Amino acid sequence: MYKIGVIGDWDSVLGFIAVGFTVHAAKDAHQAAGLLKQMAGENYAIIYITENLAVDMQEEIDRYKEKTVPAVIVIPGKEGSTGFGMMNLKKSVERAVGADILFKE
Amino acid sequence: MANTNVNPTRMELKRLKGRLATARRGHKLLKDKRDEIMRQFLDIVRENKELREKVEESLAKVHNGFSVAAAVSSPTILEQALMVPRREGEISVSNRNIMSVNVPEFAFQLKDGASAGLNYGYAFTSGELDAAVEALSDLLPTLVLLAQKEKTAQMLAEEIEKTRRRVNALEYIMIPDLEEGIKSISMKLDENERGNTTRLMKVKDLMLAKTLANARESHMHEA
Repeated sequence: MYKIGVIGDWDSVLGFIAVGFTVHAAKDAHQAAGLLKQMAGENYAIIYITENLAVDMQEEIDRYKEKTVPAVIVIPGKEGSTGFGMMNLKKSVERAVGADILFKE
Repeated sequence: MANTNVNPTRMELKRLKGRLATARRGHKLLKDKRDEIMRQFLDIVRENKELREKVEESLAKVHNGFSVAAAVSSPTILEQALMVPRREGEISVSNRNIMSVNVPEFAFQLKDGASAGLNYGYAFTSGELDAAVEALSDLLPTLVLLAQKEKTAQMLAEEIEKTRRRVNALEYIMIPDLEEGIKSISMKLDENERGNTTRLMKVKDLMLAKTLANARESHMHEA
């Protein structure tokens, strides 16, 4: 059985405790990267990271792209969406297709 | 160009022809694989985009709810309410095979004995908090689905890139190289063949001339 983890600033991730996720608060990207590494070694299937932290740790996140678990997913924090999550998706498309065909507008 | 320096023998020619046939078959297969993954990838990525839009919108509402809840009750009460009666969630992972890429499938459930309702006393907390937790609970299945789709999209993107590189390597390097090698060997073999024929003709001419000369000489002696 796997767990679901959340990494983010305390105010953004507090609510996730109530719904059964394992929450780790991080103040900056460096701390978050350490947490991510540690959590990837344990049995987490999904690790959500808030956008404001994910922006500065792209490299660490990319490391898990080829593995089946954990799935590292970027979600907006309490400041609202910065578009970073969408940009990731866009990058995937560009990588696969060679051109951006989803977000033309 | 790599194979132009091989020994021009029939053995070598046969070997190269075999490799060319394999390369051609592999190229066709990989191309089909790439096209099929691409088709699936586009479907998934479209779903992924819709899900993400939905999640980002709903999550903003949830965060707003929590902000309001934090505003009307003290932070300590809020943290206590959310932390102490912790619910444990679990997720089971099964593998799905999309064109030999193993992608995960997630199924979320609460641990046995955990109730689905709110797990804190209502006395000290506000209604806003209840609403926010409720909204987040409702969002859970979508969040998990988003994770699954996004992971799948990421893995397929990697696989497409890899497959495309292989297809291109076969199409623009392997196959032309092999064709070049086969061409040069068969040309050398043909050349040898022609060389041999001319040599035989020359020898025949020489022998004929010699026999004729001998015949003429013996004729002269007789006369």
